[in-house]
Amino acid sequence: MPQKLTYLRETASQTAGPYVHIGLAPGAAGFDIYRQELGHEIAGPDAKGERIRVEGRVMDGMGAPIKDVLLEVWQADAAGNYAHPEGGDPVEDGFRGWGRVVPDFETGEWGFDTVKPGTTRGRNVGTQAPHLNFWIVARGINLGLNTRMYFDDETEANAKDPVLNLIEWENRRGTLVAKRSERDGAVVYRFDIRLQGDDETVFFDT
Amino acid sequence: MTRPGEYYQRDRTVHPPAYTPDYKTSVARSPRYAPISLQNSVSEITGPVFGHDDIDAGDNDLLSNYAKAGESPIGERIILHGRVLDENARPVPNTLVEVWQANAGGRYRHKKDSYLAPIDPNFGGCGRTLTDKNGYYYFRTVKPGAYPWRNQVNNWRPAHIHLSVFGSAFVQRLITQCYFEGDPLIPICPIVQTIPDPDAIAQLTATLDLNATIPLDTIAYRFDIVLRGRRSTLFENRLEGN
Ligand SMILES: [Fe+3]
Repeated sequence: MPQKLTYLRETASQTAGPYVHIGLAPGAAGFDIYRQELGHEIAGPDAKGERIRVEGRVMDGMGAPIKDVLLEVWQADAAGNYAHPEGGDPVEDGFRGWGRVVPDFETGEWGFDTVKPGTTRGRNVGTQAPHLNFWIVARGINLGLNTRMYFDDETEANAKDPVLNLIEWENRRGTLVAKRSERDGAVVYRFDIRLQGDDETVFFDT
Repeated sequence: MTRPGEYYQRDRTVHPPAYTPDYKTSVARSPRYAPISLQNSVSEITGPVFGHDDIDAGDNDLLSNYAKAGESPIGERIILHGRVLDENARPVPNTLVEVWQANAGGRYRHKKDSYLAPIDPNFGGCGRTLTDKNGYYYFRTVKPGAYPWRNQVNNWRPAHIHLSVFGSAFVQRLITQCYFEGDPLIPICPIVQTIPDPDAIAQLTATLDLNATIPLDTIAYRFDIVLRGRRSTLFENRLEGN
């Protein structure tokens, strides 16, 4: 018998279920309990960078919006630093880089305000194009889904991005690229996520 | 140049696959393509950091955090406690643990739950805490009731508490459910049974912990949580395109 490895095994995931909001966003579940809920403010008023709004829906395999979804977003600040001890240089005051996003339960539409992230460092060399990291949970999702959102006005950076380039099927890369528009003078990026079907969004095993 | 270690590859055999047709909702909500494997970059090894400014001391006491003064929720009073560890058995300190659950009758305080069991006016059903330096956490609550759900006509969820854990990096993010030992609904629940490995299911089952029980007051269950481990050293490998 060779030596036995003594690693523990990761706890198994289970679906967040339809009532995930009770635990993570009780206001959305319909009641007020905590002094403050977490994840409402991604980039406080003092954070530098271009103010943007990101909107979208998460769609199931039938093309229907998932109205009980919950998303978390994790991003770098405008200088490309994450609010974490290993995230690079210190971030600006009021920049958290993390948010919780709950859709309208009637339409499945969600949206949040933040700043556009900067270029972040690559794994060993080079850089990564500006992107937002998403983690998606809902009833029927057994293990949270990881994906990234890139920006369609970053053509040059996107073309060099190591993660986009990892996707063998070039036509699938577009599922990660949000479209910029302007509405009432505000910058809005549209990012629809499709769990299945034509144009299934690329998800990552991180 | 030294770089931080990466997290161990997720052992997919402990997790349910995305497509689990006995749990019907997963059918239309499961990606059909294989996920693209991504080695950790700074975006993966970082994650939100929480502190004691974010939450309050009483947030982990579901017996009191929504109850009117002098009242408490109906049900079996329990302590749920344990440690958050990584796969190297190292404690994960100062990490946010959030829980939510049905009341003792199996009813959730959620505008979308219409089960006929009553709402308990003294029970919100959620709590949160930060692990201490040893990775330890605890909650006081009532034992949740079983409840029916729409899947097959006659499916009942075993008593369970939902848990959300952050760890130190976005790749450690985990949501799971804790069951209670001895519950006959565990082996016949289609959601539990999305997990193919019986040992992984056993690891989701809290154990009666008589030593942690408060005599004449509250019964205790032990539930340890394991998050992905991390390499202590990194050997640079320079992949094409990276
Ligand atoms: Fe539940």
